Amino acid sequence: MTKILIPSGALGLGYDAEALARGVALKPDLIAIDGGSTDSGPSYLGRGVSKYARESTKSEWAGMMRAAHEAGCPLVIGTAGTCGTDSMVDWLLDITREVLAEDNRTAKIATLKSSQDPAVIAQTPITPLSGAPSVSAETIKSCENIVALAGAEQIMAALNTGADIVIAGRTTDTAIIAALPLQNGDHTGGAWHGAKIGECGALCATNPQSGVITIDFDADGFTVTPLADGAFATPHTVSAHMLYENSDPFILYEPGGHLDVTAATYTALDDRSVRVTGSVWHPSDTYTVKLEGARIAGFQTISIVTIRDAHYVRNVQAWCDDILAKHAAKVRDRAADIAFTCELRIIGQDSTLGPLETRQSTLTEVGVMAIITADSQKDANTIAKLLNPYLLHHPLTKGEEQPTFAFPFSPAEIDRGAAYAFTLHHTMTLSDPMQAFRLEVHT
Amino acid sequence: MSTVADIVVKVRSKNAGPFWLTVDIFCGTAEAFQQVTQSLSTDRVAAAFQADVATIKRFDIDMLNVVKFSLPRPVIQGDIADRDMHGAGWAPLIAELSLN
Repeated sequence: MTKILIPSGALGLGYDAEALARGVALKPDLIAIDGGSTDSGPSYLGRGVSKYARESTKSEWAGMMRAAHEAGCPLVIGTAGTCGTDSMVDWLLDITREVLAEDNRTAKIATLKSSQDPAVIAQTPITPLSGAPSVSAETIKSCENIVALAGAEQIMAALNTGADIVIAGRTTDTAIIAALPLQNGDHTGGAWHGAKIGECGALCATNPQSGVITIDFDADGFTVTPLADGAFATPHTVSAHMLYENSDPFILYEPGGHLDVTAATYTALDDRSVRVTGSVWHPSDTYTVKLEGARIAGFQTISIVTIRDAHYVRNVQAWCDDILAKHAAKVRDRAADIAFTCELRIIGQDSTLGPLETRQSTLTEVGVMAIITADSQKDANTIAKLLNPYLLHHPLTKGEEQPTFAFPFSPAEIDRGAAYAFTLHHTMTLSDPMQAFRLEVHT
Repeated sequence: MSTVADIVVKVRSKNAGPFWLTVDIFCGTAEAFQQVTQSLSTDRVAAAFQADVATIKRFDIDMLNVVKFSLPRPVIQGDIADRDMHGAGWAPLIAELSLN
């Protein structure tokens, strides 16, 4: 029997403090929180930084550290600092020490690091997953950061150091929850399935913003219970969570095997808790971990102009096409050595769906967002400056008085810095689960 | 003519990692589920995304009255040409399809 308390879907999203206190009173064996996701894009991994403010992270992490201290159980975070690079493990370790100092206490901390050397990965046999881009060794080498996703085995190793707090770099979302029940000998399929249901906190229940849930793992399955007022789990909310951000709602691949929930049954214990049994874990012959990498795809400058003149709103596509042609000619004439791409994205027409858009409607106004990508920030800015006179004054017809359009900012050009691209959707095989990861204990 | 959105509770699209997109149609009732599964062929979904039908995974889940489609993301998340980092903006493509 293992009781895991999950404060929310991710550190930084907020949680219900009263519900967390209720969870602490239930004497959990472990508090687990996810620290990251790829869902906000490649920039965080590319730069090795957190999406959330240090202030939010510290405030919420301190609350969880105090909850774990009070409960007398370990606290584990996976994918620290959004992307789980080594830099983010060190960042959270620093925050942890700051909180401990403020609380005038000490704790044993284990860190698990997941970053990989791009030059080494470029020479390592890796296997593309479905939908992976094709990558050359050169592309892999050019990654700013590569991380491997640790599984339950590495989290178990970290817990077995006797640490009060485990700060892990990139892990699978489920590993931090599944590790302890697996180690305690609870049902294997139940451990992974419960971890998947719990990884987003109360998203598997009603009142999903409340965050806090407990999962009780046992010899046959698991029971999920949300702890906030007005939060209820039903067989429907729990089973429907397998759909969430999952390409296959029945099969989940993890390091060392896969989970199959096709035969799982979901039973309401009361109006709040749901019990799940019948999930099956299939171990694999080899131990593989997934890799994520991000590289710089270019540097961008953007510019935004809005158009309210009804004639120009109606003819905005022709206006943009004309500007792109004239701008390209001007760059050829004045800055031919700069390689660039320029897109004029029409906000109000098809800026979300692009060529897949099927609807058209009459608009009051439109926005045009120019997106310029080049090999350096200086080049991108130069190309944007060459575009500006057109965005400001380009007339649809020759004879008319010079028009002027609306710019919300001065300067009109906004340097965005590097644009990053996800480059890896691959796995690599390990002879030992710890092979690609580094465990350290700090006292 | 009614659309998918007219008879279901919700259509949701989300990233399933940076390389896949998943669309969940929460039909709400067995009747709506029946209508959606009969009317919404995988071919029509592929056409809406201008995708190869062979790349689309389809799950008709009667227990939940949910129809789910997963496909390689039309553009890899975060690429220069990507317009929607979280992938939620693709749902209307399916929600606005007419029911045959």
